[in-house]
Amino acid sequence: MAETKSALVKVAGLARYFDVSLPWLNRVLDGQPRQILRAVDGIDFEINKGETLALVGESGCGKSTVARMVVGLYRPSMGSIVFDGVDMAGLGGRAEMAPIRRRLQMIFQDPYASLNPRWRVGAIVSEPIRAFKLIDDEAAIQERVGQLLRQVGLSPVDGHKYPHEFSGGQRQRISIARALSSQPEFLVCDEPTSALDVSVQAQILNLMKDLQRRLGLTYLFISHNLAVVRHIADRVGVMYLGRLAEIGPKQTVFALPRHPYTRMLLDTIPDLDMTGRQRTPVAGEVPNPINPPTGCAFHPRCPFANDRCKTERPEPKPNDTGSITACHAVEEGRLPAGPLTAAA
Amino acid sequence: MAALLEVDHLRIEFPTRRGTLLAVDDVSFQIGEGEVLGVVGESGAGKSLTGTAVIGLLEPPGRIAAGEIRLMGRRIDNLPYEEMRKIRGKQIGAVFQDPLTSLNPLYSVGRQLIETIQTHTDMTPTRARARAIELLHEVGIPAAERRIDHYPHQFSGGMRQRVVIALALCVNPKLVIADEPTTALDVSIQAQIIALLKRLCREHGTAIMLITHDMGVIAETADRVAVMYAGRIAEIGPVRSVIKDAKHPYSHGLMGSIPKINDEKERLEQIEGSMPRLTEIPPGCAFNPRCPHTFDRCRIERPELMDTGVTRASCWLYANG
Repeated sequence: MAETKSALVKVAGLARYFDVSLPWLNRVLDGQPRQILRAVDGIDFEINKGETLALVGESGCGKSTVARMVVGLYRPSMGSIVFDGVDMAGLGGRAEMAPIRRRLQMIFQDPYASLNPRWRVGAIVSEPIRAFKLIDDEAAIQERVGQLLRQVGLSPVDGHKYPHEFSGGQRQRISIARALSSQPEFLVCDEPTSALDVSVQAQILNLMKDLQRRLGLTYLFISHNLAVVRHIADRVGVMYLGRLAEIGPKQTVFALPRHPYTRMLLDTIPDLDMTGRQRTPVAGEVPNPINPPTGCAFHPRCPFANDRCKTERPEPKPNDTGSITACHAVEEGRLPAGPLTAAA
Repeated sequence: MAALLEVDHLRIEFPTRRGTLLAVDDVSFQIGEGEVLGVVGESGAGKSLTGTAVIGLLEPPGRIAAGEIRLMGRRIDNLPYEEMRKIRGKQIGAVFQDPLTSLNPLYSVGRQLIETIQTHTDMTPTRARARAIELLHEVGIPAAERRIDHYPHQFSGGMRQRVVIALALCVNPKLVIADEPTTALDVSIQAQIIALLKRLCREHGTAIMLITHDMGVIAETADRVAVMYAGRIAEIGPVRSVIKDAKHPYSHGLMGSIPKINDEKERLEQIEGSMPRLTEIPPGCAFNPRCPHTFDRCRIERPELMDTGVTRASCWLYANG
């Protein structure tokens, strides 16, 4: 593939395992083995400068764990995260991390939990500036905070208030102002609008798009809402049980989804245009990630699964539409192209 | 269509130290037999409170200050607790958002189902158990004969919500209040639960008051929809008309602000500002500070629901029209 734009973030073979075993004594008494939860089990993606990659999936698929590893809140169990040519896993202490940390920031899901209730908004927004010692002069810091608050649609006088004086949408604006204060290039947004009402969500999504255009930001956007992803992303990765089922340009993934799971997801979301439409909901639920199915993790719910799917784990491969899928059926050409509804 | 539930000028107040908060103000609507009425609105719009008032579970200090609720012509908002308890479950069922908190973790699901069945009918324990298994089967729980003795924690979220639906439907109520029944569930499970609710209500002729903030769920399920804003109904009408051609500026903006899966738009429509707190509801039309069409009358006089052709909207734009 001819890459004209340069990749800002490259993730390869990224995995994170959590040890969820019982305490040692209980294990010995009950004769239980260790239990490992493979929250993220080997995923690869790249994000180009100025682009938005969205990861979607149902709860427990590992999308938030990926976000946390990318900003360095979790250490990866395996794999590498290369940010602008520097492998973050290879960096040792705080001092080495700091120059990178300034350039990537995170926006969290819950604007009620992510702002310190005892701090004034001005202190919250200026914390990254002080932590990274970007500006020394106190008056200049205040000036910058006012400018940041204006940028996200608040007023500079709001800096003197406390978080409880703001609504959910305004708090999320404060989170964004805080994230922008260290002049980052890369923002990781973990479900930034899912705690908000739809009309407020629209305001925040529009704001994020405006900021991206104006400041040339790169986003990794985590969401379970496909409609939101469709609106904000350039490329989309669909996760299922710690792995990427499909990743590709937004237009391709939404118009020509190839992986059966992507098709199922697109087919099941209730939409405004579906008034009175009858659908066949897909049977089954997401399996327990502690004990995932063998082979392709989706095979128990997949209408196209065969013996190979039950035993052999599919590797991500480019398909005919230009996106990448991890599916034996797609690879072998057992699946017809086009939406599943048309085929069924 | 005979009105099964009639809510007339309902007003719910919360007395506080700083004065009385009007959480629901002059809300009127009807639900016909077997009809699905969707109630949408942003958090704090009063949609859940309206639902809890209908099943008589309003928590003090909240109270119904004015208005009437009638079920099949009988007034139910002023019944004594015991009387209401008999109606609840038998004539009105409820499905809440979080299936884990609506089930008792200490009892097996079978025991909870059997208890509910026996409270409202005079079935023998054996017959009640058979009925419980039949119900679990009907809501799509595999191996119902075995699962009936399991406890709620042994079920997944989607399966638990199925159990709650079985509980709500176990004595064939006329009306089910479903308050955000799919919000806590993943999309693929959500679709299963919506399909289940729809199928059961069609088969049993049950009416549903479906309270949710998810317009997609309403679009798929409801016959009519009421859009609530700041404790009042902004617009009510057939679901297609409200989604495609909303008349009230608020419902119109709300529909435009929803990202759509098959519609490429550079920017979403945006309603400036946010819903006022209950302490700061402006005089006149509650939406007037955010409305692009506000004129003088909107700031002074409160609009009633007015005919706009297909839907009814509380907006002065449609006065005398």
